[in-house]
Amino acid sequence: MNLTDLVDQTQLRDDLPQFGPGDTVKVSVKVVEGNRERVQVFQGVVIGIRGAGAGESFKVRKLSFGVGVERTFPMHSPMIDKIEVLTQGDVRRAKLYYLRDRVGKAAKVKEKRDRF
Amino acid sequence: MTEKAIVGEKVGMTQVWDKDSNIVPVTVVKVTPCRVVQIKTVSNDGYSAIQVTIGDKDAKKLNRPEAGHYAKHGVAPGRVLVELRMADVSSYEVGQELRVDAFEAGNMIDVIGTSKGKGFTGVMKRHNFAGQRATHGAHLVHRMPGSIGQCATPARVFKGTKMAGHHGNQRVTTQNLMVVRADAEENLMLVKGAVPGPKGGTVIIRDAVKYKKASS
Repeated sequence: MNLTDLVDQTQLRDDLPQFGPGDTVKVSVKVVEGNRERVQVFQGVVIGIRGAGAGESFKVRKLSFGVGVERTFPMHSPMIDKIEVLTQGDVRRAKLYYLRDRVGKAAKVKEKRDRF
Repeated sequence: MTEKAIVGEKVGMTQVWDKDSNIVPVTVVKVTPCRVVQIKTVSNDGYSAIQVTIGDKDAKKLNRPEAGHYAKHGVAPGRVLVELRMADVSSYEVGQELRVDAFEAGNMIDVIGTSKGKGFTGVMKRHNFAGQRATHGAHLVHRMPGSIGQCATPARVFKGTKMAGHHGNQRVTTQNLMVVRADAEENLMLVKGAVPGPKGGTVIIRDAVKYKKASS
């Protein structure tokens, strides 16, 4: 094993659920205000996951008052309280940047249905 | 001058989280125990230093002078011999092992390595010159240095004028880096920031020469 991976392993979290691009997630982020800490929720579609190991991160896009907002989270950040996967998306590519150019119903991700 | 130093091998870079949940970029340095081969003293050699070796080397691959040198001091042959200048060598003895736990998290260190060789390089890369215009009639001079001196006086180019040439593959010291973690179990040291040289390159880690402690 590469020795940098050895260091990485001490940094990784194992309490996160599996999710992929297209999934709708609810990310609870710890926010520190002065000496108070509270949890803020950011809910949206995962439009991409990049990197591996300790440097892995994912982008979440949501619409806030009609304005698209994207936020990148480091996957293994201690600032993430928890991640909930709400729905799984049925998508055909790893990066869903095309959603940025779409509005309304076209900007929706199809939900994954189990095939028989 | 240096009070403690150690030799390691650059492994690569990654990142860790600090206690405030900030990302800290770190270089992983593998520091296997180094064996002291020879001690140089002011009375004997005119300066004080310790000579150490790391890793191991097949005894068959040693040349005669090397083999004799190791045999004389009774130390197992290593991959490389490195001399570490020390202010005081009285606490060291031949055969002693220097371990990574000589340093601890929070220590300030200097890291010395051999930078990656860049080959024959132009002035823009080598000396950070600005180059010349992209347009307005510039022709074949976009990355050229421009003037390198005057005319009939002095009628020559001064020595040391920055020009194109070989870049990299030289000894580089990065000062005042911080030790993030010194792990004696895995023989790893995490250094905040970048360290000179390629992965696998030999680096010398010593306590920071110019860093002023807050207490003093």
